[in-house]
Amino acid sequence: MSLHAAIGIRFDRLALDARFSATNHEVVALLGPSGAGKTTILRALAGLAPLTAGRIVLDGTVFEDAATNEWVPPERRNLGVVFQDALLFPHLSVLDNVAAGLRFTGTSRVIARVRAREWLERIGIGELADAKPGVLSGGQAQRVALARALATQPRILLLDEPLSALDVTTRADVRRELRRHLNAFTGIRLLVTHDPIDALALADRLIVLEHGHIVQSGSSLDVTATPRSRYVADFVGVNWLRGTARGAAVMLAGGGTLIVPDLVPGEVFVVIHPRAVSVHRQKPEGSPRNVLPGVVVSADDEGSRVRVRLALPFPLVAEVTRASAAELELDRGGDVWVTVKATEIATYAA
Amino acid sequence: MNLRQDLMAPEILTALRLSLVCSLAATAIAIVLGLPLAWVQARVTFPGQRVLRALTTLPIVLPPVVAGVVFGRRGLVGMWLDRWFGIRLPFTTAGAALAEAFVAMPFFVLTMEGALRSVDRRLEEAARTLGASRWKVFRHVTLPLVRPSLQAGAVLAWARALGEFGATITFAGNVPGSTQTLPLAVYLALETNPDTAFVLSLVLLAVSLAVLIGLRRRWLAW
Repeated sequence: MSLHAAIGIRFDRLALDARFSATNHEVVALLGPSGAGKTTILRALAGLAPLTAGRIVLDGTVFEDAATNEWVPPERRNLGVVFQDALLFPHLSVLDNVAAGLRFTGTSRVIARVRAREWLERIGIGELADAKPGVLSGGQAQRVALARALATQPRILLLDEPLSALDVTTRADVRRELRRHLNAFTGIRLLVTHDPIDALALADRLIVLEHGHIVQSGSSLDVTATPRSRYVADFVGVNWLRGTARGAAVMLAGGGTLIVPDLVPGEVFVVIHPRAVSVHRQKPEGSPRNVLPGVVVSADDEGSRVRVRLALPFPLVAEVTRASAAELELDRGGDVWVTVKATEIATYAA
Repeated sequence: MNLRQDLMAPEILTALRLSLVCSLAATAIAIVLGLPLAWVQARVTFPGQRVLRALTTLPIVLPPVVAGVVFGRRGLVGMWLDRWFGIRLPFTTAGAALAEAFVAMPFFVLTMEGALRSVDRRLEEAARTLGASRWKVFRHVTLPLVRPSLQAGAVLAWARALGEFGATITFAGNVPGSTQTLPLAVYLALETNPDTAFVLSLVLLAVSLAVLIGLRRRWLAW
């Protein structure tokens, strides 16, 4: 089973242009900051937001094609969608909410309810079958929403920020259950989230979206190891710089030079873990090949470690122990010497 | 003349029955025509929408007598209906029901328009993704969600129709047994038998009050 999407939508200030594919062998997460267009993509796949350009094809069946005006309405796309706020029908019992999809598609009331009850047992809230959605907790509502989406045995499961409305404790539980249900589901699975933790925990492949465009796509490992956007670098928590490689040095875009082994010439991204950056008051002697003068911009206590923002003049973040931060009196700012071991600098083609 | 005799007088019973028939028919007309109208106004934007909205609310502003005259047999619209199609609604029970519907419908339409606007559209979208066609969404999601407003709007329209006087008398006339509803009977009785008029007024007052109390209870229950 495979889904091919080329989604072009103009929408207020957002110009969405994203191409991607998904198969039933993977859980795909659309990850990006809010306003990147993730939810709009999901709505387009569901048939709730019309394309202005592009097409959506599932296994050779055209769902939508802006060029030919082909369009399959949402109710005939055979989807299951889990919405951010669960969106359970307030006038129906929990049981009838789960049975709703089956009822809409022509299953008799009796059979629909039997199957809905099975789903409620499976998600562990059989005893709430007769309750109205209003009395459910956030976690329960989201479980019911998942059961409702899965009950029709859809070919595509779309999840829009399924965990973002939940508190921290519930979130971990529901995330774990969601992972289990996602693994058991045999169709296309696409998750939209702005939370990297959810994306990394639930998805096999990440598609990173910013300002309506895909900036990176790949396995969780690839994406986190080689960020191609500030957004990804920030959530991984690494220094991310861009420059031009020449010989054994990278000329950084923001000024400054780093010595790096094994360079491929050309435009590169540079990733340095904050722990690989050391800070000194005196110019150090010895092995590190990158010894640069800099200024402390700020030093933030983050529990066991201190995060030091430096200007070299390019921005760099160092993570040092509290003891050494105190010893170096980093909170008073001032001039420092910064060393980065060449072997701890990762570079890859931009 | 005592109260019991007054209440049981055949012409009064006829007027009361006619009032109920006409007002219920008017309510039915208001619902059948008003629901699509309210939906269109709440959900669709199209050229001429302002004009349509003005026309829908016009009967609230317009004195009912004027409406009756315009649509009456010698009026603007009624004349053409008669001349071209041979339709003579005035002076029939259907005409009375129509006159009442004209005056009562805005109350239903305005109530429903507000209710349809306040429905969470995302619930309807959720239903679409679960396999419901537009019609099924309306039938199984939208309609149940606006049901309290639908009931309230229908009762309001019915109450307005029950008390309708001006449009009925000018459009449908004052024919006992076919267009003479209770308010008309009150007006007529006032000139010949003030006691009867008083009793009839009490009946109308009681019915109106009962409806309003019932409506209030429903609102509170929700």
